[in-house]
Amino acid sequence: MRQIAIYGKGGIGKSTTTQNTVAALTEMGKKVLVVGCDPKADSTRLLLHGLNQKTVLDTLRDEGEDIDLEYIMRDGYGGTKCVESGGPEPGVGCAGRGIITSINMLESLGAYTPDLDYVFYDVLGDVVCGGFAMPIREGKAREIYIVASGEMMALYAANNISKGVMKFADSGGVRLGGIICNSRNVDNEYKLLEAFAEELGSRLIYFVPRDNVVQRAEINKKTVVEFDPMAPQADEYRNLARNIDGNDMFVVPRPMTQERLEELLMTFGMLDSL
Amino acid sequence: MLDCTPKEIVERSGGVINPAKACQPLGAMYAALGIHSCLPHSHGSQGCCSYHRSHLTRHFREPVMATTSSFTEGASVFGGGSNLRTAIKNVFAIYNPDVMAVHTTCLSETIGDDIPTIIKSAEIPAGKVVIYAHTPSYQGSHVTGFCNMVKAMIAQLSRADTNEKEEQVNIIPGFVDPGDMREIKRLTGKMGIKFIIFPDTAGVMDSPMTGRFHMYPAGGALVDDIREAGNSAMTVALGYYASGSPAHLLERNCRVPAITLKTPIGIKATDDFLMRLRGKFAREIPYELEEERGQLVDVMTDTHYHFYGKKVALFGDPDILIGLTEFLLSLGMRPVHVLTGTPSGTPGGPKGVFEREINEMLAVAGVESRVKAAGDLFELHQWIKNEPVDLLMGNTYGKYIARAEDIPFVRVGFPILDRSAHSYLPIVGYRGALRLVEMISNALLDRQDRDAADEDLELIM
Repeated sequence: MRQIAIYGKGGIGKSTTTQNTVAALTEMGKKVLVVGCDPKADSTRLLLHGLNQKTVLDTLRDEGEDIDLEYIMRDGYGGTKCVESGGPEPGVGCAGRGIITSINMLESLGAYTPDLDYVFYDVLGDVVCGGFAMPIREGKAREIYIVASGEMMALYAANNISKGVMKFADSGGVRLGGIICNSRNVDNEYKLLEAFAEELGSRLIYFVPRDNVVQRAEINKKTVVEFDPMAPQADEYRNLARNIDGNDMFVVPRPMTQERLEELLMTFGMLDSL
Repeated sequence: MLDCTPKEIVERSGGVINPAKACQPLGAMYAALGIHSCLPHSHGSQGCCSYHRSHLTRHFREPVMATTSSFTEGASVFGGGSNLRTAIKNVFAIYNPDVMAVHTTCLSETIGDDIPTIIKSAEIPAGKVVIYAHTPSYQGSHVTGFCNMVKAMIAQLSRADTNEKEEQVNIIPGFVDPGDMREIKRLTGKMGIKFIIFPDTAGVMDSPMTGRFHMYPAGGALVDDIREAGNSAMTVALGYYASGSPAHLLERNCRVPAITLKTPIGIKATDDFLMRLRGKFAREIPYELEEERGQLVDVMTDTHYHFYGKKVALFGDPDILIGLTEFLLSLGMRPVHVLTGTPSGTPGGPKGVFEREINEMLAVAGVESRVKAAGDLFELHQWIKNEPVDLLMGNTYGKYIARAEDIPFVRVGFPILDRSAHSYLPIVGYRGALRLVEMISNALLDRQDRDAADEDLELIM
């Protein structure tokens, strides 16, 4: 069973990319569990065709600790297993603690069955506190993919996340599997991301181009792979899934200094305008 | 016991061994008990509340009533809002106090509960009061927590509603026993000055056995009096750490002039306390108090050879130690090790006052000494190994060092868990000083008797 955590700047398209990749993996016959680690609980919306999932923490609050797995795990597109951790409403409580609670709960309920090929953790934004590092602590997810784009802040966040990965590399055995570019059509984006990934000691595992069909599929609460299987974008996600499935390059990242990061941007981001 | 404490002192970058302090909510709970008909409420997990209640009970040997928000896993994720709202409803429905004094815990502070907003949105019966204090234990000590709860009383209750200030004094007694609060009230009363004292645990934590259980004993400061404190002519804060910043808050909020004095332990600090009252309210010191002072001076001169030049190690809460150091110097003793676990600089609290006050007094007396805030008992023990002392003074936790080093030990401060009656009797004022003299000389002379050969055992000492 490969356990994979997806990190990246907020709004970069982690959930969309994860779900489309998962849909493509199930097409390949893989059994996948998706664990949403975002209090907004929208990490499985496209697989389940809407936000119709009761979260682990809501269940815990309403039913107490004596709950069954079927309360919180739903079958989604292609037989994927879907779980949402959930969390408090904005501004109260502790979302980080929520992730710790819900992952412990999933373990004790026996959600990680041996027949699974993949477990995907879709984690919100940055690794802001211990809770959000839970998926990569204690040897849970051993592979991390960071979703980024050619925008400065996305790369900045990706670099920061690499620092978190480095910290847990020794104790949890976690490794960076690569950078996924979710394109924003920024100047020279491919080259920039390639150089960025290389500088981290990793690689650009796939470059997902921008296509409006993703938006149309989202409005229909579906992944592109399901909504329009013949679309070129669906093939892009299939390629990404294949690359991840065949990936054998797992590294401890070497995060860069702010100066080095800005240098990279100057070198690649400015080329076209010169 | 404590056989492994090494003599050689190595600089430690982290870690505390045998702490000389407790956590903030303990002090906040004690302060809240100094309001009449007040139920302290611990906003956190049940264990916090149980520990604080039992620790207070062990020191005072009185039941301590307090409620808890009973945090579970769910509360720590979703926030403690609904727990606190339910608690407020239940507390007034079931236990019906006049005041509910909420203090937070580490967990609640870390998840960032918005206590004032939660309280505003709770159902509080008409005429009842809920006050709150933030008391994260990773800052300061139990003294800080006491101070924070007293600040909460002032910020949330005291009002200035007259232009002319009333001819009355506010007294904030600090983290002392009910016996001390009684003595402070007696001294002020003898001066013939109208006073408001809060918090006041006299009659709460030393209430008499009547054969009937009273959920809320007769003592404690009245809410109306704490409100009225905003109209007083002066606030006297006793103790820099427990009472100083509350008095200044009252000065800022209600323009009541504040002075901060030492906890009146010993002859000088008691003189200072009475003379400040005399100066402000133009009263004569009554003969009764002059007589008490004269008796104390008499005993001190009669028995000065018991004390003179004896080396003492003392530890405990900063306000108590500042007063105690001064008195030991008055007795001719040499306080060579003075250590508190309470950090000297906490947010909003005094910075470096502990070391400064004690070092100044030691410099005047010409005593070389080790003085440290935020220390621990392991370090104190090491100091004693390097420079042995004739006497150790501090709370119950000192008994292990006293046994290991075979030194006489006088119990003073908080907590005293292995002796009784101490909380009923003062160490403040002239009477309190006389009691300290008795305790110290008993300890020293018992030791001398124990160690004397048969032919040297003196009948008259």
